[in-house]
Amino acid sequence: MITSLGPRRHISRPPVPVDVAVVGAGPAGLAAAVECARLGARPVVFDENLRPGGQLFKQIHKFFGSKEHKAGTRGFDIGSTLLEDARTAGVDVHLSATVLGVYPERVLSVIECDSHRLYKARCVILATGATENALSFPGWTLPGVMGAGAAQTMINVNRVLPGRRVVMVGTGNVGLIVSYQLLQAGADVACLVEAAPNIGGYGVHAAKVRRAGVPIYLSHSVKEAQGSDEVERVVLIGLSPDWRPVPGTEFRVEADTICLAVGLTPLTELAQILGCEMTYMPSLGGHVPLHDDNMETSVDGVYVAGDIAGVEEASSAMEEGRLAGVSAAESLGLCDEGAAEARRWEIRARLDALRTGPFGGGRRSDRQSLVEKGRRQA
Amino acid sequence: MRIVDHPVLGKEENVPEVTIYFNGRPLAAQEGEPVAAALMAHGIRVFRRTRKRREVRGVFCAIGRCTDCAMTVDGVPGVRTCITPVRDGITVESDAGGEGEHP
Amino acid sequence: MTEQDTARGVLYDGFPSRAEIAASPGVPSPSRLASGPVAFIECVQEIPCNPCEAACPRGAITVGLPVTNLPRFDGERCTGCGLCIPKCPGLAIFLIDMTFAPDKALVEFPYEYLPLPSKGDVVGVVDRSGKVIGRGEVVKVLVSKAFDGTAVVGVAVSKELAMDVRSIARRKHGDGK
Repeated sequence: MITSLGPRRHISRPPVPVDVAVVGAGPAGLAAAVECARLGARPVVFDENLRPGGQLFKQIHKFFGSKEHKAGTRGFDIGSTLLEDARTAGVDVHLSATVLGVYPERVLSVIECDSHRLYKARCVILATGATENALSFPGWTLPGVMGAGAAQTMINVNRVLPGRRVVMVGTGNVGLIVSYQLLQAGADVACLVEAAPNIGGYGVHAAKVRRAGVPIYLSHSVKEAQGSDEVERVVLIGLSPDWRPVPGTEFRVEADTICLAVGLTPLTELAQILGCEMTYMPSLGGHVPLHDDNMETSVDGVYVAGDIAGVEEASSAMEEGRLAGVSAAESLGLCDEGAAEARRWEIRARLDALRTGPFGGGRRSDRQSLVEKGRRQA
Repeated sequence: MRIVDHPVLGKEENVPEVTIYFNGRPLAAQEGEPVAAALMAHGIRVFRRTRKRREVRGVFCAIGRCTDCAMTVDGVPGVRTCITPVRDGITVESDAGGEGEHP
Repeated sequence: MTEQDTARGVLYDGFPSRAEIAASPGVPSPSRLASGPVAFIECVQEIPCNPCEAACPRGAITVGLPVTNLPRFDGERCTGCGLCIPKCPGLAIFLIDMTFAPDKALVEFPYEYLPLPSKGDVVGVVDRSGKVIGRGEVVKVLVSKAFDGTAVVGVAVSKELAMDVRSIARRKHGDGK
């Protein structure tokens, strides 16, 4: 934690040269670093957190996919393997290191160890992930209202219950999964609330929660959180087909916690500071950087991977990280185009396998149109 | 409330205990855990009141982005308690008016 | 009338309807169901997922490519070993034995909560909507490192409940029975 930097006239130390700078030590960033390290690069990964792994270590459920995606393995075990791979590959991970900005010629401005440093990278891979969205309603600032990810961190990382009886807002996979995990942690889940007329996430995740007797209220939202100093009860209200609150449909639920699982937004500040061309795609979470098939943005030598490039999941984040890693190594001359393309096609095959079916297929076409848009603008 | 046993995570490991001080009140905490988690383990979710409107605040994002959980830690104001690890003897103050007044 | 009687489908209820399940390739034929213990897969949405395929030592489950295919179940190959139950990441595989006893069927399901029930406990049994639809005796509680945190619990229930019972009423630490 920064206490004081003290007076500083000028940063006199020259930037430290780095071949690949990776921002973010979550699944995308670590996978990218491992991939290019195995090809001979010496990547440096920066992460502002105390521990690496991003959101991976909070995922205590078994992942889907196929054997190559480590299906059937719990998220935190996949995380441990990834960390071990990073260690074996000699990846240099700087924790408690905040990248303030990335400037022309790929110079990174970093605060770490209570001091400021500059790094000059030949390639930069931005893997900064996404942030939880908020939903405001009267009473939303009361203690007890928190992000679903916040609750997940508390229960699965800190082993602390954030409350005793939870209303979960949102039935995407995050809302469904965290509800189940709250039950596993010993909390009650009073209900899930969904504004849309249908459930957003996987049926199998919903089924676990319904089996536990938890109701899901579709076409409903939170009207108000009530309580003097903390949440004590929640007023829910029905929504019309065009998502307008319907007066007279209010009802109260006793609960001391409201978790908001209302979507994620890519953390793209660094891409924007760099001048990367952006595009707005709501299905991917909002403003996302344009990139090509190799995960390279419109700025030479700057790549993106994981949720920063569009909100998805850990499995696809790792594959995108590998794509960016290979491409960065190729641009450094560490492998020839043929070998790089062969490797990339292996990775793309695994990515495509994740992006099929009624849930994944839409993401695939969204990403294809994003890449095409990048081509047209180039 | 601490999760002592969990179907997937197993039983809680023996983590060394430290003492933290919340507005002068000593509380047991686990070495290395975030301040905010230590407080929540004791059922403390009301961290502070805002300066102007005296509205209560606690944890919201738990990942160091929103600053709702920020308090004065070891005399330094505006410290995000959700990402700051405890250590033995650490002082945490609600800082209403800068006098360590409890909300 | 239970929620299962008026089910609209997994996208709305959060659990698959009897019709969706019957239409999926993961369920055994009525004759196979009547003849002894057999797996019962309630996977009705195409998501990329195939651990069930490798889980079965007899090759009774096929997903193939693309991995979003719904699992196809060959009841004739199934010996009712139940190894598939803890392997499904979606906790969507069960085992039903209609021949367990003259008046009882056995339903086995994945369970990832504490406290685990104990053999001999008589507990509320629930349908897919979590509604308690009867009582049953816990006859099996299987925990194994190989199951990676997913226990397999078996309850003996009246035969007419076997097509609906999919878990036991949730209990928390300190709850009475």
